[in-house]
Amino acid sequence: MSSLSIRNVTKRFGALEVLKGIDLEIEDGEFIILVGPSGCGKSTLLNMIAGLDSISGGEIAIGGRIVNDLSPKDRDIAMVFQSYALYPNMSVRENISFGLKIRKVGKEKRDEVVNRVAKTLQIEPLLDRLPSQLSGGQRQRVAMGRALARDPALFLFDEPLSNLDAKLRVEMRAEIRLLHGRLGSTIVYVTHDQIEAMTLGDRIAVMKAGNVHQFGSPQQVYDDPADLFVASFIGSPSMNFVRAPVASSDGVIGIELFNGNEKLFFAAPKAAQKGLSEWIGQESCHGHPTGANHGRVIREPGSSESRAMPCQSRSSAADRSGHAYPDSPERYAGYLSHPSGNTRTRR
Amino acid sequence: MADGYHARTAGPQKFGRIAMYALLILFAMYYLLPLFVMVTTSLKTLDDIRTGNLIALPAQITIDAWVKAWSTACTGVECGGLKNNFMNSATFVLPAVAISTLIGAFNGYVLTMWRFRGSDILFTALLIGCFIPFQVILLPMAQTLGYLGIANSIAGLIFVHVVYGLAFTTLFFRNFYVSVPTELTKAARIDGAGFFTIFWRIILPLSPPIIVVCVIWQFTQIWNDFLFGVVFSSGERQPITVALNNLVNTSTGVKEYNVDMAAAIIAGLPTLFVYIVAGKYFLRGLTAGAVKG
Repeated sequence: MSSLSIRNVTKRFGALEVLKGIDLEIEDGEFIILVGPSGCGKSTLLNMIAGLDSISGGEIAIGGRIVNDLSPKDRDIAMVFQSYALYPNMSVRENISFGLKIRKVGKEKRDEVVNRVAKTLQIEPLLDRLPSQLSGGQRQRVAMGRALARDPALFLFDEPLSNLDAKLRVEMRAEIRLLHGRLGSTIVYVTHDQIEAMTLGDRIAVMKAGNVHQFGSPQQVYDDPADLFVASFIGSPSMNFVRAPVASSDGVIGIELFNGNEKLFFAAPKAAQKGLSEWIGQESCHGHPTGANHGRVIREPGSSESRAMPCQSRSSAADRSGHAYPDSPERYAGYLSHPSGNTRTRR
Repeated sequence: MADGYHARTAGPQKFGRIAMYALLILFAMYYLLPLFVMVTTSLKTLDDIRTGNLIALPAQITIDAWVKAWSTACTGVECGGLKNNFMNSATFVLPAVAISTLIGAFNGYVLTMWRFRGSDILFTALLIGCFIPFQVILLPMAQTLGYLGIANSIAGLIFVHVVYGLAFTTLFFRNFYVSVPTELTKAARIDGAGFFTIFWRIILPLSPPIIVVCVIWQFTQIWNDFLFGVVFSSGERQPITVALNNLVNTSTGVKEYNVDMAAAIIAGLPTLFVYIVAGKYFLRGLTAGAVKG
């Protein structure tokens, strides 16, 4: 158990920059999810934490110890892979105890650990089978058992459930969550499945194209996305976006929407009026969580149900400002942030 | 009606099947007939051969020709049969096959699991080695062997065959290991295993199918090789292929076809044996390596 610090970490393959300065502070015992579309660099980041990929810049510290130049075996980590990566020529017992054997742990101690792990994961009857004689779910368990055997400071999961069928996935998800509750260890978990991300994580790092767009609790990421990408990526079905120009009417600033030829004007919250004038004439994007109208998404009154962001969502922080407008005059509920900065004023 | 459909197609299907078997039997005979002639001729007496038909069965079965070919037939001026040369071949073929296979496995492991800058270029360069004809390297190889002081020796022949076989064995193993998930190596590294431990404990135990392919290929190549044998060895160190050639070409009076045939079969038996023992793995291994290449 220990904390994990990732400070301004970059990764380059030749001229190609895959990770563009990642900063994450992860506390002891936290369950962290790295989520994002494929190719966003989340697996690369995980491999760098594990020591399987070199670090081009920045530093990674596990439990306060900088591990940049340590080999994987000296980092006190364990990893579960998508393909399970069980050693095909070894029995389940040998698979679980291989790491201990390499580290010259005595036979008695090894047996003790194998039995403890097998009990935890309920794989005792499988111990003498070969991986090829196991089902997908059982292999998954053994892969986790191999990670558990060494009792590391940090667990790394690389899309561990994506090869399982839907039902098993749900079961294993619950089991991983329970396991984390019991062990209380620090976990970094890579997935592209946002349901996994939302249900498992204490905090989620939403990544795209080598940047972390938002790092926060599932609730924060869902309710208060930092930018258009996060808003569109999280949520199923995903958020609707409406483009609308910012306009002013009788000195009040808001947005214009057309229903046929009928022009509708929605005023921005009063507190947010100041500073909005410079946005007049520009187009803004308004996200609307699907299902909110039908009461499926439960929120406290007055929280945001609609928000606005610049339509061209670029990834730099400066673009993350946006405006929010009420989605209908009757249900006035919105928030707003200044075009100049990231601060948001809730109403 | 369904039955009508079947009735219509049963005729042509049956005909096609018969034609297929006929063709297969024809081709099987085409390839088996020479073997048949060799075996029967080797079991005949010289009189039988002179008077009888080429494809007739032996009037009287005798293994005299086999005994002579093995122990007393003359290859050039020596008359000790093929037994010494058989042992010669065995003493350099087995080490050469083992060494080239092992190095090939190691090369394949490095080229797939520990990719480095330029590893693909290196692999391509090795591939070109597969296309270099034997004749091209004769002179440089002779010089190299002289330089190393292992000319005209068993060690020299082993060296030549290992070097020449490396391109193929590396290709085999590399293509096989490409289909092995690299996550396996990663998991082993996290478990604390080093470079050689991973090779011995994880990768090599996965390799029997491709090892079989590689051994069959290398054994056949090296055992049947004539050119390197005739160039880089001489006298009593000659491999069996060279001795067979000498035996057949040494004529002291009568041409002993039965002895020639027996000698040829003796020279071919080891490769035949390897194929029969490991043949089913050969096909399996070839496809296993080829799926992801």
